[in-house]
Amino acid sequence: MDTSTPLRRFLAEFLENRVAVAAAVVVVVILLLAMFAPLVAPQDPYDLSGLTLRDARRPPGFVGSTGIHHLLGTDAQGRDLLSAILYGLRISLEMGLAAGALAFVIGALLGTGAAYAGGRIESLIMRIVDLQLSFPAILLAFVLAALLGQGRGPLITALVAAQYAYFARTAHGSAAAERQKDYVEAALSIPLSAPRVVLRHILPNCLPPLIVVATVQVAAAVSLEATLSFLGVGLPPTEPSLGMLIANGFQYMLSGRYWISIYPGVALIILIVAINLVGDQLRDQLNPRLKR
Amino acid sequence: MTGPILRVRDLTTRFRSRAGTVTVVDGVSFTLDRGEVLGLVGESGSGKSMTGFSLIGLVDEPGRVEPTASVELDGRELVGLAEPEMRALRGRRISMVFQDPMMTLNPVLSIGDQMGLVIAAHHRMSRADMATRAAEALTRVGIPEARARLDAYPHQFSGGMRQRVAIAIAILNHPAVIIADEPTTALDVSIQAQILVELQRLAREDGTAMIWISHDLATVSTVADRVAVMYAGRIVEHGPTTAVLSRPRHPYTRGLLDSLPSRGEPGHDLAQIPGAPPSLAALPPGCAFAPRCGHADAACGVAPPATEVGPRGWRCHHPLEEARR
Amino acid sequence: MTLAPPAGVAAEAFVVLDKVGKIFAPQISLAEELLAHLGAGLDRRVLHAVDGVDLTIAKGEALGLVGESGCGKSTLGRILAGIHRASEGRVRIDGRPVTDAAGRKTTTRVQTVFQDPFASLDPRMTVGETISEGPIAHGFVERRAAQAHVAEWLLRVGLDPAFARRFPHQFSGGQRQRVAIARALAMRPDVLVCDEPVASLDVSIQAQIVNLFLKLRRDLGLTLLFISHDLGVVRHLCDRVAIMYLGRIVEVGTAAEVYGHPRHPYTRALLDSVPRLRLDPDAAGGVSPISGELPSPLAPPPGCHFHPRCPLAEARCRVERPLLRRLADGRDVACHLATDAPPHVPHGG
Repeated sequence: MDTSTPLRRFLAEFLENRVAVAAAVVVVVILLLAMFAPLVAPQDPYDLSGLTLRDARRPPGFVGSTGIHHLLGTDAQGRDLLSAILYGLRISLEMGLAAGALAFVIGALLGTGAAYAGGRIESLIMRIVDLQLSFPAILLAFVLAALLGQGRGPLITALVAAQYAYFARTAHGSAAAERQKDYVEAALSIPLSAPRVVLRHILPNCLPPLIVVATVQVAAAVSLEATLSFLGVGLPPTEPSLGMLIANGFQYMLSGRYWISIYPGVALIILIVAINLVGDQLRDQLNPRLKR
Repeated sequence: MTGPILRVRDLTTRFRSRAGTVTVVDGVSFTLDRGEVLGLVGESGSGKSMTGFSLIGLVDEPGRVEPTASVELDGRELVGLAEPEMRALRGRRISMVFQDPMMTLNPVLSIGDQMGLVIAAHHRMSRADMATRAAEALTRVGIPEARARLDAYPHQFSGGMRQRVAIAIAILNHPAVIIADEPTTALDVSIQAQILVELQRLAREDGTAMIWISHDLATVSTVADRVAVMYAGRIVEHGPTTAVLSRPRHPYTRGLLDSLPSRGEPGHDLAQIPGAPPSLAALPPGCAFAPRCGHADAACGVAPPATEVGPRGWRCHHPLEEARR
Repeated sequence: MTLAPPAGVAAEAFVVLDKVGKIFAPQISLAEELLAHLGAGLDRRVLHAVDGVDLTIAKGEALGLVGESGCGKSTLGRILAGIHRASEGRVRIDGRPVTDAAGRKTTTRVQTVFQDPFASLDPRMTVGETISEGPIAHGFVERRAAQAHVAEWLLRVGLDPAFARRFPHQFSGGQRQRVAIARALAMRPDVLVCDEPVASLDVSIQAQIVNLFLKLRRDLGLTLLFISHDLGVVRHLCDRVAIMYLGRIVEVGTAAEVYGHPRHPYTRALLDSVPRLRLDPDAAGGVSPISGELPSPLAPPPGCHFHPRCPLAEARCRVERPLLRRLADGRDVACHLATDAPPHVPHGG
């Protein structure tokens, strides 16, 4: 394909930054581990028949009564912590990616649409977005999650509501610049319909900055979800994400059983830092102003 | 003192990257007498602007002027000069005017402050004297109420006025040579005409020599005493302006002239040079113009030698007859 | 005495611009509006970019529109092309309006070629997609037949049909401009608005594109509005020429007559500003510039906009706007001092 040259150049440039490459590898490994958690995990942490309270709160390295080697120890229910983390990662990533994708779509459409429409519609949409950006995202998400109740749907709604504004702001910024370009005028002069101009011409040219925002916002969604679950307004206890694992172990922190809370926390930090490192490199590469 | 003010020998500028080496200026040699205007003509990518940058030592990494080159300004060698010494010359003995005046102007400083900085870089004088000198320079380039305009910022000027300010800065220290890179290209015809006349008058009054870089043959023909035509980094033809333009010896010069709409009959096809200028990264061997040239044959696979006859010179295996037109 | 036809009318009016005006008002933000309610002053200066322009173009004719930057020529072109909506007046092609009441373009009969082919092509679309998008969206060709359609137009503008699968960044400026021309022509327009289509091209490439326009005019019988600041290109390509200054048309006539005997002082001054190729070392050479600066279009001088720079200006010129009127020789001039008698001194002697 003809795109191979720019794409290859892009990849070559990405590969120059070793930290970013390492981070990308970590992200991919975590994604694979989460996807194949049932195959990788030593134990199904939600199969209650496989759990015994005898094995509860055991330190890392303990070999349980079922013969499982608990590399990271066990939690209060006697679950293998490594398995719980892998399953928890899965839920956290599902939530983060779903919320990020939805916020991407809604925010990109609102932002590009506002930039295309101009005038009062643009002012109205962008002022709402600005207003929302002036609130802490966590506050908005917390209130919404509390109001809507527990469950995946309400949680994703809360995350999207807190995050679409970042996409809208970014999309609006670059769409407003693209809107002035001749190729948009050329499309209007044919004439092509407004949705077509926005979706086929303006939006694709706004993608690079949006992709950067998306990587950062997926990480933010994961940590936001963990926060909400930690605070008890996220997912129900039957679907323990990383946040809930941290919350569950929190009460044992002071009794010396640090691992129940710390290891899920470490997993969360590794995931978020890795995604952000990849995002930083993408931003450096996709932002022409940072180019040498 | 006699002799040329600027003598350029074998000026070669290369850009090295992992993808390979690109020669953007290739063995350019010429001399410039005091008060003379040399027109440097070429299309984009011909190396004409890079020649200007190379002369005043403004080639950025990874570009480099080859140490074998020689640029003598008033007998002093500039190639290999350390940056502080070059800076001491730049703006005082040799200065540059760009197509976009904002290349010279700082948007957050008033015109007076900027001009003061340029003067202070080379001379010691009081603020009042600086202001007087700056106002004089502005008046000379045709800016009315110069004193009052010293406090204005670049954005408060129109495009044409901004270019005048850039020119005023270039002439502040009465340089021996001004390099003007497409100084009127971005301006409207009526403003272009004003600037053309101003610059010519300034050069004449001060005896300043000028290198006028442009793609526009008509503009060059009105200002330049001599002209050098560049193609793919090389000077392919040079000589007195009217002689070169009325009796071109190189097929490229001829092609450029014939493609001017003013030379064709309205409504009829213009003579056109086929193809497009070559990429400097993939130059054809021998004469770079050969693939677009109607006279090219096997001999053109070898780089043509420089032929010098009287004041004129060209690089072509099959130069056009002197008698034409 | 016969009634003179309305100013600027060509033999058979195919394209009609009738008292067209365009006013750009500054966009007032909500915040500014709030402040205004609280008593703050608002800058309500408007820009009259195009001011009462009457022009017609006959079918198959090429009209050149010449003026300096900020004179409103590009805005006028965009109004004819249906990209901008006229604030005043009407634009008709073959009797039909170009836009509906809401300002949306309703016709495909007029297409546009822009100045900068690096900006006017969507960098993320292949050449084939760029050319076929419009015809497919409007049902002129079916998706299945699009490839052949694209190939035909690429050939017509002198490009290899295999280029259809490439992206704009793989082409030179001249090739891109050919793609942009193919995109416009693939819509089978009657009228082509060309906004400085050769200004950003190299000299040797300019001639190629000028020749392409000449060929396409012959082959397709296109009606052309050719906007340019380059008097030479307009002279070469156009039958008639209109000169614009600060939003108004100041002179219209056949290209040969306007260039040979300019009747408006601005036209004359503009022609004198253009550097000519000097081939004779003894020729006086050089240019005679117009005095003064181009006034700000936000605050144009009253009366005749050109009077502060005009060597002939009288008291009347400072107060009364000269209307475009037809002289006995068929020239349209907006100058109080233009007379029916042809000028006794031929220009450029």
